[in-house]
Amino acid sequence: MTAWDDSRRPAPSFVSRHRWAWGLSLVLAAASAASLMVGRYAVPPGDILGFFMALYAGGEGMDASRFQELHVLLLDVRLPRIVAAMLIGAALASSGTAFQALFMNPLVSPGLLGVLAGASFGAALAMVFFDHWLAVQVSAFLFGLIAVGLALGIAALYRANSLLILVLGGIISTGLFASLLSLVKFVADPYDQLPAIVMWLMGRLSNVDARTVTVLVVPLLAGMFALGLSAKYLNVLSMGDGEATALGVNVRRIRCVVIFWATLISALTVVMAGRIEWIGLVIPHVARFLVGPNNEILVPFSAVLGALFLLIVDNIARNLFPVEVPVGVVTELIGIPIFLFVLLKTRKEWA
Amino acid sequence: MTAVLDARDVSFGYGGAPILEGISLSLKKAEVVTLLGPNGSGKSTLLKVLLGIHRCRSGEVRLDGRPLRALAPVDIAKRMAYVPQSHSLSFAYSVFDVVLMGRVMHRSLWSSYSREDRLHAENALERLRIAHLAHRPYTEISGGERQLALIARALAQGADILIMDEPVSGLDYGNQVRLLEQIALLASDGLTFLKTTHFPDHALLIADRVVLLKQGRIVGDGHPQQVVTQDNVRRLYEVAVDIVSIRDGYRCCVPRLNRSDNKRAGGRAVER
Repeated sequence: MTAWDDSRRPAPSFVSRHRWAWGLSLVLAAASAASLMVGRYAVPPGDILGFFMALYAGGEGMDASRFQELHVLLLDVRLPRIVAAMLIGAALASSGTAFQALFMNPLVSPGLLGVLAGASFGAALAMVFFDHWLAVQVSAFLFGLIAVGLALGIAALYRANSLLILVLGGIISTGLFASLLSLVKFVADPYDQLPAIVMWLMGRLSNVDARTVTVLVVPLLAGMFALGLSAKYLNVLSMGDGEATALGVNVRRIRCVVIFWATLISALTVVMAGRIEWIGLVIPHVARFLVGPNNEILVPFSAVLGALFLLIVDNIARNLFPVEVPVGVVTELIGIPIFLFVLLKTRKEWA
Repeated sequence: MTAVLDARDVSFGYGGAPILEGISLSLKKAEVVTLLGPNGSGKSTLLKVLLGIHRCRSGEVRLDGRPLRALAPVDIAKRMAYVPQSHSLSFAYSVFDVVLMGRVMHRSLWSSYSREDRLHAENALERLRIAHLAHRPYTEISGGERQLALIARALAQGADILIMDEPVSGLDYGNQVRLLEQIALLASDGLTFLKTTHFPDHALLIADRVVLLKQGRIVGDGHPQQVVTQDNVRRLYEVAVDIVSIRDGYRCCVPRLNRSDNKRAGGRAVER
């Protein structure tokens, strides 16, 4: 009866129930501070502290040219990139977690309904026909949503409110936009546009600018918050439609809300940094391995873990090699062995 | 006594041909009603219509006299719970977390489970004497234990009408008997049960009333002694059986095996 005695204790407070997430958040804060220091131009911690104190004092207390230099390096180059890495990692990990619960399948990733394929096509299309960065971003976002809309539309054609049909719609939509992407690549100028498309599809954080990050931080945080709020319904939804309905949950509404926000924030990650794969599949697994499958804890925990993961991977991508490697490539190279390890440890769950 | 759940002339189909036709069925408080019918007769579908998971095509289901289609899922869930066949999940939630899910409609969007919710879940586990399983993964306990956990979830939900889809299927003999005992015990506390089964014996054992379903229609409804008869079981399943009385007025249903190399022995048994 010892196991049971444990639950007899007073209901754990918010902090103790989420102590993993809190602890990890501290690690994340430390990692982001450390990321400010490292790079091609290393900045000692004292200088960073001095800079922020001077910034707070309105430029006083630091040599003016040094202040300008650090202003550009820290605020215009490194900080947006650090924030973007954390936001993208968190967004992909939390939408992956939400999708896995929603589709009752731990092998699902945020791209299931076609959002990543659609956004990739949209970006490539704009690169070839408009050649303007804002157009690329807007087009990526719109086609991400259109692809998911197509998947939902195909599912609606069958009039069956079934997950299997929805997955089928996603497969069709993903396939369609993948082939359209090939078509765009085929017509693209092979000396100029094609390499740009290929590089962009690898996923990179070096193009991230402060303005994009400032604009997108609000919808990204809102989406993750919405997924966090849906967590206790996600638990119920993963029991199946019939049971969830009988438990008093409006299955259709929750499903729509989760698909909407997960799609939106996944599309926005593509807008910021191109296509970064594997985080949405691997991080939920690692997180579940560490804190268990209860989505009330799992969704926020995955978000923090995803943020930490992409931040570290980006530091590796920009520091470890003489030339910067696209972060999407490093994510895959590091993510796949971790995924294998976790699968071997947890396969029992699936029996 | 008035009916807590009342279906009148209900029909249902997914598209073309109707699966259920002209179903009228009512449950009274603290009654154990067993639904018998061959595979494909529409038992599971009927349960889902009664729960409001499927909307009936014509006719009406009333819960406490109010039409089901006028009630929100939350209001239905507070009175009536669905206990599915014990299933395996993709995620290894703890038994406690599964039981706690029964409290989901008591929570608003903004709040997590309260101390009171956890207490309800604990009490439900204790009532079914599976408190020791609370922190075990749901995926690693036995089928019988899962079925008890799902009943505990229904109790935590606060429902007093339990709709069970083949609760004993997949359980070993001992667990089947223990589950039936548990159902009888909870019924004596005032809970109402509607359950489907493939075993006429179980209907004879604990049901207050038996309903026979064939090809989407009700072909019998009444006291087990009157409904579970040799003729009715033969017509329902197209196999020959004997209903024999044993001690204390209990009856049980024994199939007559139709063995080709032993036909004459079987023939004599029928004559006798």
